[in-house]
Amino acid sequence: MARARVLIRPKAGILDPQGKAVERALPALGFEGIGQVHVGRMVELEAEDLDQLGELCERLLANPLIEDYEIQPL
Amino acid sequence: MNWGVLQFPGSCDERDALNACRVVGGEARLIWHEDRDLSGVDGIVVPGGFSYGDYLRAGAIARFSPAMEAVAELAAAGGPVLGICNGFQVLCEAGLLPGALLRNAELRFVCKQADLLAVPGPVVDGPKSADIERFSSHQRLSIPIKHGEGRYYAPDEVLDEMEARGQVAYRYAEGHNANGSVRDIAGVRNERGNVVGLMPHPEHAVDPLTGSTDGRKVFEALEGFAA
Repeated sequence: MARARVLIRPKAGILDPQGKAVERALPALGFEGIGQVHVGRMVELEAEDLDQLGELCERLLANPLIEDYEIQPL
Repeated sequence: MNWGVLQFPGSCDERDALNACRVVGGEARLIWHEDRDLSGVDGIVVPGGFSYGDYLRAGAIARFSPAMEAVAELAAAGGPVLGICNGFQVLCEAGLLPGALLRNAELRFVCKQADLLAVPGPVVDGPKSADIERFSSHQRLSIPIKHGEGRYYAPDEVLDEMEARGQVAYRYAEGHNANGSVRDIAGVRNERGNVVGLMPHPEHAVDPLTGSTDGRKVFEALEGFAA
């Protein structure tokens, strides 16, 4: 079985309120100079055939209308 | 008419949906998500809640249920399908409606009464587009909203096409867009008009006891599509 990690991110240009909320909380904790925070999801899995992951992402793991995904074989 | 109300693990508004179908004069029964038998059913309500715990994305897993396969067939045959809140998210994930629902812009779960404007649909299938008659003017409806992921989104070019085809079914009235939806969109319909989804909860607005009966009109508007 091959292992892979799928990273799913909000598409650039679509408001990401979770990322903004994290970003706004940072100064209160003393972290300065951090910006462009975005919150996404990570899915780790094992598969006999990693070639099917593209379709899996398109159909289930990501919603291509609002999210980008990146498949990283491990 | 005979309504079927889907029930997923995690649905929570199916009882009010059943009641609403009956209040507007119909019969209604629950349909378990593993059941793909819609015999005797003229129209479907996909109710609100948190189907499959909203895992992955709201509606993402529910769309693969056997019952949803049957709903897609009913929709393709022109039968009426109404998706409410989580049901709207399911219909979008299933590709039966355009667009997607994102986390509210302010991140807060909102729960309050909202004013909507019902937007008449296009005459696609002639006399069966009953909501043309029901909503011949831009009626204002008072219907509750309660959701954390209700920010409607579609790319601008898709929105332009939808508006040209009359696919925006409900808009939040000025000052009532509590989730940051693009172009104040609260609900949309497919090109034919027989599939409608909206974030507000018409099934909670059918009894004078709770302040508004405007929700009845949302159900009634789809009755004309029943075979």
